[in-house]
Amino acid sequence: MNNGQEMEIQVENRDGSVVVTPVGEVDLARSPSLRSRLKQVLGESPNRLVVDLSQVPYMDSSGVATLVEALQQCRAHDCSLFLAGLQDRVRSVFEIARLDTVFNITADTTSALDT
Amino acid sequence: MLISFSERFGFDEIETGHLALAVDEALANVIRHGYESRPDGRIWISIFLLEEPERRIRIEIEDEGRQTDPAQITSRDLAVVRPGGLGVNIMQEVTDTCEFQRRTPGGMRLILEKTPRGELDSSDQNHAGTPENGKQ
Repeated sequence: MNNGQEMEIQVENRDGSVVVTPVGEVDLARSPSLRSRLKQVLGESPNRLVVDLSQVPYMDSSGVATLVEALQQCRAHDCSLFLAGLQDRVRSVFEIARLDTVFNITADTTSALDT
Repeated sequence: MLISFSERFGFDEIETGHLALAVDEALANVIRHGYESRPDGRIWISIFLLEEPERRIRIEIEDEGRQTDPAQITSRDLAVVRPGGLGVNIMQEVTDTCEFQRRTPGGMRLILEKTPRGELDSSDQNHAGTPENGKQ
């Protein structure tokens, strides 16, 4: 699709780790924006990638697929991926897709960086 | 609108979120597969609040896109971790009925149905241990 919407995504470098914080709903229209940003960040070969989802109130399967892609890229590049701060509605999508045990999910970004 | 209907009909916040998710996935499927991402395809959404034979919401989503054999629209093995293909799994998981049909003269129809959890709970309580259903 060529009618995707840009979404606000904050990126912060912390001692070899990168924290990516998307803000807003991640759906079919916005997931390409997140996918593009994650690809860019992973191109810089971080040791650890933390996706802070605390400001994402809603995610559909396109958002989940985006994060599965990121997981596969991380595994290929020896980078640890963490998902932090999932809201209940977002967590339930991962549970439905049986992915809650595949990803490293932490309560918040601090926990992910301390792991 | 869907959220307003579902909350008034007795669905709790999580169920309402799941219904919205199911419709979102259905629309994404129509756009991606039915209309191959063309932006000008038409989609109709109808919502029915039904009381018989059980209280439930029925959502029909119709399009004029490419037809697919309903038997070929299946969920996938979730043990295989790969991106994509989760939409049908999600719709089936969060609804009681998820049925694809061919429309006449063209396009597809998806029927989603769900009963409020509170209704199921009270129904279980009302009938538990009665002679009619044989439960002890």
